[in-house]
Amino acid sequence: MKISARAVLSASTALGLVAALTACGPDEGSEGDTLTYWASNQGASVEEDLEVLQPALDRFTEETGIEVELEVVPWSELYNRVLTAVSSGNSPDVLNIGNTWAASLQETGAFVPFEGAELEAVGGEERFVTSSFATGGAEGQPPTSVPLYGLSYALFYNPTMFEEAGIEEPPATWEEFVDTANELTRDTDDDGEIDQYGFGLEGGNERQNSHMAFILGRQQGGHLWAEQGPTFSSDEQVAAVKQWVDLMATEDVVDPSSAEFSDGTQAISDFVDERSAMIIVQGSARTTMAARDFDDYEIAEVPVLDPLPGEPVQSIAAGINISVFNDTDDQEGALQLVEHLTSPEEQVYLSQEFQTLPVATESYDNEDLQDESMDTFQRILSEHSEPMPLIPEEGQMETVLGAAIGGIFADIATGSEITEADIRQAMEDAEAEMDAAN
Amino acid sequence: MSFTEEPRSGAVPESGSAPESGSGRKRSRRPGWFLPYGMILPAAVLELSIHIIPMLLGIYISFTSLTQLTIRRWTTAPFVWFDNFVRGLDPGSALGNALFESLIRTIVYTVLVVGLSWALGMAAAVALNTKFRGRGVLRTLFLVPYALPVYVAAILWAFMFNQRDGMVNRVLVQDLGLLDERPFWLIGENAFWVLVIVSVWRLWPFAFLMLLAALQSIPADVYEAAAIDGASTWKRFTNITLPMIRPANLVVLLVMGLWTFNEFNIPYLLFGDTSPESARLISPLIYEHSFVNWNFGLGAAMSVMLLVVLIVASAMYVRMVLPKGSGND
Repeated sequence: MKISARAVLSASTALGLVAALTACGPDEGSEGDTLTYWASNQGASVEEDLEVLQPALDRFTEETGIEVELEVVPWSELYNRVLTAVSSGNSPDVLNIGNTWAASLQETGAFVPFEGAELEAVGGEERFVTSSFATGGAEGQPPTSVPLYGLSYALFYNPTMFEEAGIEEPPATWEEFVDTANELTRDTDDDGEIDQYGFGLEGGNERQNSHMAFILGRQQGGHLWAEQGPTFSSDEQVAAVKQWVDLMATEDVVDPSSAEFSDGTQAISDFVDERSAMIIVQGSARTTMAARDFDDYEIAEVPVLDPLPGEPVQSIAAGINISVFNDTDDQEGALQLVEHLTSPEEQVYLSQEFQTLPVATESYDNEDLQDESMDTFQRILSEHSEPMPLIPEEGQMETVLGAAIGGIFADIATGSEITEADIRQAMEDAEAEMDAAN
Repeated sequence: MSFTEEPRSGAVPESGSAPESGSGRKRSRRPGWFLPYGMILPAAVLELSIHIIPMLLGIYISFTSLTQLTIRRWTTAPFVWFDNFVRGLDPGSALGNALFESLIRTIVYTVLVVGLSWALGMAAAVALNTKFRGRGVLRTLFLVPYALPVYVAAILWAFMFNQRDGMVNRVLVQDLGLLDERPFWLIGENAFWVLVIVSVWRLWPFAFLMLLAALQSIPADVYEAAAIDGASTWKRFTNITLPMIRPANLVVLLVMGLWTFNEFNIPYLLFGDTSPESARLISPLIYEHSFVNWNFGLGAAMSVMLLVVLIVASAMYVRMVLPKGSGND
């Protein structure tokens, strides 16, 4: 069979088309003296983050001569983007990850382990706050991420409301906290409806629910995860979940409407609108409050059970970590960038801009960071925080457990009586769901 | 497929070839013989890369244990044969139980949404098939839900059904005083009914549009003859309208049924990543396994099962209900 020139041309055009359609595009990795960096969205908007990060990256370029191509990825997209990069190999050189993802992403084998020379290149383990450094990967393995921004939960309260109710001090124990919340739950305009609640939460927020189950569970002496798998239905964990949902079920200090809240901003909005007097949220909530010009709040440690059957844990060691992709063409440059961003000087700058906690211990000596709220956050992070279970199933655990607790809040809000047995059943169902899906 | 046949000169569209002096020896090498292939090639490549290859990959993935941990080398994810199907279909397990509950809920949801949308669409089509002042305006208004982007519409509905500040509770409780307390719509048992309401609101204009087009093909003299014979409006509807638009009706029901069974956007936009138990349909459940729990193998297995269910149901429907001989073209 003869093949004409036109047929060849036609075939090559088709092949070109196929290639164009199926090609994954050029590697986004480094070329020459340029690194690509995916940053997580920390501020009120992506644009704000670009403005904050660019000067820090310019200083890096000045020091090393390496250009950095920056992309700020919104939270809702970040994990998807990371997994896509892991599967396709079209990855940035350096990227931010949520620190609770560290163990899962470590298992993919896509990131450079920080040990030996690599760890030294980013300042060594001694540079970092211990509880934050512990979030870098699974226990017993070299971490594949190091902390970049530290975050912790704290109790935010409205001092004006406290003063109006004649309360002088923020509560320190759980019992005091519930009493205070009861005193602050009021019908301020005498129309027969409560319009100010003592405490605000987001019943449908899976992350907050699972974090609080962890924190209160540790106080009760429990764990969310053991060697054999999830332990959500242990006596301690059931007690912890009951403690949390009883704020709405039996104490009535939480607005039942908040069973619908789930996006991480609604409880903060209620606090800013003075619909609730206290919330337990991470320090980054201050950027949302600042964006609404709200500063009528003070910060205290998270209340702890007294007597305390377990550990005085007040927060998860929350925060953002930074990793280097194995596929990078310039590992040395990528490690230099990590070193630069985690250096004490840059940490002071970044924590001031993003309202986060420095992960470099030396930064805390800086005078600009000396204030009461910073002390409180630092104390919680360094002395009263533990990482969420460092397991590959962590993300799934947060979803399944958080949704189960959200379901209990929904039942309470829609008028069901919830007993301890119901909570145990919901926790057992969540365990079964975890087991079945893995 | 007809495209694999030996190309003949007749296969080339008349307008696509220059007039040839009829020489038989060049029959298989006629200049421009490749043109039809060249023209369908982009479509074929797109169809392959957008539909066929991903579907085949999805079937392959359903036999693997592809999770976030194995995604880096996804082609070498452990091959687990029918393990994902067995786990997904075991009614004794939490997973299988959730799947079957979702399946039954999705069937009930589909029947309700398609039934209500069809009834509304038919009523509106019949009403607007007669001439009266303002008919054009009403026709346009009726199509608004279908013209609005589903994302905008569903988010607006979510605002309206908000328990504390939503418009629905404001009207029911404060303005009309029909209820004493503001009910929850987006959590608990009511979530299912919200899903049905929003889906019907979104879908019925499609039924209206299709059925109106079908009604307009019925000759007016048939109705005139029936009226002269003394047939009532209801008799005319059941004995003339319905039989004459039967083919259109059956296709509309099939298409709406398939769309509704696969509905993902509306529950996702109303409830987020995880739907309340009462409103968990099968597509959001698959999404949850694949993109919330990152168990792609299990999610793919459930997708394949869904595909099989839909193919079997559609084949039975087409065979039993659609008029014979309508598939020739």
